[in-house]
Amino acid sequence: MAFKRTILLLLLIGNLLALDAVASVLPDDRSDILYHRYEGGGVVIDGPSVLVRKKATKNVSVVGNYYVDYVSSASIDVVTTASPYDEERKQWSLGVDYLRGNTTLRANYVSSKESDYDASTASFSVSQDMLGQLTTLTLSYAYGDDVVGRSDDDTFQRSLKRQQYGVGLTQIFTKNLITALNVQTTTEEGYLNNPYRSVRFIDPTVDRGFSFEGELYPNTRTSNAVGIRARYFLPYRAAIEAEYRYFIDTWDIESDTISLTYVQPWRDFTFKIKARYHDQVGASFYRDLFPRSEATNFRARDKELGPLQSYALTLKGSYEFIDQNKGWGLFKKATVTASVDMMRFEYEDFRDLRVAAPVGEEPLYTMDANVIQVFVSFWY
Amino acid sequence: MRIDKAFVVIATLTLAAAVSGCSNVEPWVKPYERDNLADPIMALDGDPVSSSFMQHVYEAREGAKGGEGAAGGGCGCN
Repeated sequence: MAFKRTILLLLLIGNLLALDAVASVLPDDRSDILYHRYEGGGVVIDGPSVLVRKKATKNVSVVGNYYVDYVSSASIDVVTTASPYDEERKQWSLGVDYLRGNTTLRANYVSSKESDYDASTASFSVSQDMLGQLTTLTLSYAYGDDVVGRSDDDTFQRSLKRQQYGVGLTQIFTKNLITALNVQTTTEEGYLNNPYRSVRFIDPTVDRGFSFEGELYPNTRTSNAVGIRARYFLPYRAAIEAEYRYFIDTWDIESDTISLTYVQPWRDFTFKIKARYHDQVGASFYRDLFPRSEATNFRARDKELGPLQSYALTLKGSYEFIDQNKGWGLFKKATVTASVDMMRFEYEDFRDLRVAAPVGEEPLYTMDANVIQVFVSFWY
Repeated sequence: MRIDKAFVVIATLTLAAAVSGCSNVEPWVKPYERDNLADPIMALDGDPVSSSFMQHVYEAREGAKGGEGAAGGGCGCN
């Protein structure tokens, strides 16, 4: 299958490069300085993110991003099976876009480091604008190489490799409607466990009636995702967008995600409201409570892999303080944006062990979380 | 498997369009009709630094990932 896929990709690239249409353009030169804060379920994560994009020549655009997470965690997993901790994750990325005719070649490298996890990802993509720039086709490939460690064991080191193939199609249908389709396949091989997480099992030999043992995941995972979105310009200068994503993987996780967005400009402001719903079926080897120790070949109690629903409402407002029609010095335009995402996660098979109750009858866990973002953006 | 089939269908259709000379197809939305599409409120990824952060937030808390975003930066609006 991989061989067939490679042949198809090469055929496509060859043909697309031969096409002739109106010249394409590189992304705008812009910089963003963002502060983010996540708070929910006993976890606080905050930090900055800075993105700078600038054309080096008329055909080459360079982009860099630096991002930091300061994590303070006393999540339900931590308070029931481990100790609260503080952590820091730093990520940087560097990318380059090269435009030739209607073809854009992109290369990107991302490095993320924390005390017990190093991740490196290199990606490459080819985009082709066709049909008078009504259609953009993108083929992408990414290779990730992670090293998983443990903060309490310097000798613990495991490898995880990741490959991602993607096809994206952006299509303009009418003068008011733009759509995008994305298909992505990811294969992962190596240590996919979380080294700190445990599963619980019924243990009549202890007073509370259950004990914990380490999780054990398969060493491979292949996942497929298809996303489709459509954005429509309303007659009174506003936009509405609908998005749907279907996901399925070889661990039997299957999910549907839908969202609806409404954007309304007013004078120098732009307001956005978005509602999102996610529903997933859990992995086949996920249980909140196993009947005994080592009951199954693979076992997980990582609640993100279990059956769950999540709901989110986003409110966002932007103010354009350097008008794009006037500019100011070097800057063509600048905006300041604030947003809040209010989220609720409802777990169908993850019980709250902080509540005293007979084994397996503890209340189901739900989590509310808020994400706040404030950022300024400059175009130049 | 379903996705593999979808991939082959998309690839085949695009290839067929390419070899049949689609470069001669007249764009049905003319460049001068793209004012609305060029409006910043129609950008599929108007705030890349924010949207990549939110993707990361969801990927860390749900079992699914991928399939989001737009195909490249092009929308034919410029």
